[in-house]
Amino acid sequence: MNKELSKKTEKLTSDNAMIEITDMHKWFDDFHVLQGINLTVKKKERIVICGPSGSGKSTLIRCINRLEEHQKGRIIVDGIELTNNIKNIEKIRAEVGMVFQHFNLFPHLTIIENLTLGPIWVRKVSKSEAEELAMFNLEKVQIAEQAKKYPGQLSGGQQQRVAIARSLCMNPKIMLFDEPTSALDPEMIKEVLDAMIELAQEGMTMIVVSHEMGFAKSVAHKVLFMDFGQIVEENTPEEFFEHPQNERTKLFLSQILH
Amino acid sequence: MEETANNIQAEELKPPITSVGVIGWIKGNLFNGWFNSVITIAILYFLWKIVPSFIRWAFIDSLWISTGAQCHEAGGACWSIIPANIRFILFGFFPYESQWRPLVAMILLVGLLFYSQNRNHWKKPLAYAWIIGLFIMGLLMKGGLFGLAPVESSQWGGLPLTLLLSVFGLTAAYPLGVVLALGRQSRLPAIKTVSIVYIELIRGVPLITLLFMSSVVFPLFLPEGVTINVILRAQVAIIMFTAAYIAEVVRGGLQGMSKGQYEAAESMGLNYYLTMRLVILPQALKIVIPPTVSILISAFKDTSLVVIIALYDLLKTTQSVLSNPEWMGFSIEAYIFIAILYFLGCFSMSNYSRKLEKDLSAGEHNK
Repeated sequence: MNKELSKKTEKLTSDNAMIEITDMHKWFDDFHVLQGINLTVKKKERIVICGPSGSGKSTLIRCINRLEEHQKGRIIVDGIELTNNIKNIEKIRAEVGMVFQHFNLFPHLTIIENLTLGPIWVRKVSKSEAEELAMFNLEKVQIAEQAKKYPGQLSGGQQQRVAIARSLCMNPKIMLFDEPTSALDPEMIKEVLDAMIELAQEGMTMIVVSHEMGFAKSVAHKVLFMDFGQIVEENTPEEFFEHPQNERTKLFLSQILH
Repeated sequence: MEETANNIQAEELKPPITSVGVIGWIKGNLFNGWFNSVITIAILYFLWKIVPSFIRWAFIDSLWISTGAQCHEAGGACWSIIPANIRFILFGFFPYESQWRPLVAMILLVGLLFYSQNRNHWKKPLAYAWIIGLFIMGLLMKGGLFGLAPVESSQWGGLPLTLLLSVFGLTAAYPLGVVLALGRQSRLPAIKTVSIVYIELIRGVPLITLLFMSSVVFPLFLPEGVTINVILRAQVAIIMFTAAYIAEVVRGGLQGMSKGQYEAAESMGLNYYLTMRLVILPQALKIVIPPTVSILISAFKDTSLVVIIALYDLLKTTQSVLSNPEWMGFSIEAYIFIAILYFLGCFSMSNYSRKLEKDLSAGEHNK
């Protein structure tokens, strides 16, 4: 993981924030899972969110594409506010791609069918165009030769790369990653992180929930630490890892960096 | 040949004769242990008692073409009851000279069904073939055009009637069942309630009561002079009944779907209808093929219940033949015959379902 992406000298286009979350709260029945979240993500920015399980980090990113509903506060994605308005939700979902911990590929379709499903039925693109786009993205994640296979015939790392390619076929402006490597065997983690780094080099706006600290150090603009539903600390990777401010952050880092 | 520790060449040893081949299988499966051996011997004894006398009755002493009187005198099976009455058993009261029409209609139907088995044939031409085929079948049965003598639907009977009620019944019940299952999962209270009420009410009564109600009770609600065809009423009852059971089986399949599939589809921007059609239903319906086919096979056999509303399906025509004094007493032979017919139908369905499952599991390699 030696690719140092130029982050410090990169000029982030800050005229428009891609994601603005203001004082967001969420409850699961009585459980206050997200407490007063304030977060701004600019275009081309890459954020890594870490924290103990139950801290709400997955719930946070799932609120961004409305897989979870927030009860209080505002979420604005690319200028569109996230409310109960179906049209807005659909518009936002078209711009936001998501990669899941357990891949969630469609097992009854071949790889290429998995990728062309969205473009054909949502973007109304023709089948041949969709297949061209699919092959392009499969090549980007280095898995083009598996196009005719079924997900069940691939390894975990290959499936996750297909999942990334599938999201890319919808031409999203933002990619959300929910612990993308947590369900993988160690030897497959690198191939997936490499694919994500490739995306980063192309300037994709990314929010990654992950424990892969090496990835955070080399790729992220900001690292967030969440605990008990709050953003406890937010800093550049250097500051975050070298000089953690909060006691809870220090405790967490000592537990995972061994 | 010499054998040393490093020498791989050795005389080829064959396994002992009693552990492979037919003898090996018999020893391993039928006589392994005293309990299995006792059961094997008991079954062999039972077969020795039954089989020779059955073969004598069914094949040696039997008559295949004769009159009823000759049959009564002989002691063996009277298979002649079938050839002598075949046209009534198969076609019921359909006018004798026009019986080529239901025959052709049945051949056409079975032919189309067989051709539709292969999912690669499911293209536009097949749809047209079905539409034209159905029209021709209706014409052949009903008559009235092109010089064909009109035949009232009250005269339809036998195998064509059974096939008609089953094929259209099952074909309509399946999508209705799927819709009901989706309705039961719905978050809209009105749809959910209607689906639950429908399913529980229909499942709570035997098919016979539905047929009875359709035949006797339903006409009371119709305005004066309006009648609805008896066969149509029976058809609707069968469809409604089967759909309720299919709905519950499909619901089981839907419950087995992982949430991640819904989430992946949603985050791609697929709406409810597309998610169901492209992602969820193909998987859910495939998982429940076995119980679904069971329901369809049952429904096929349940068509025989229309005897209660005086429709002469295959079972009733057979029973009528038996009430003829000439052929009375040969019920075993007659029922064996229609059992074979029902078996052919059910086995084809069952066979097809196995083939379908195998085809659809193309991509499944357990990791």
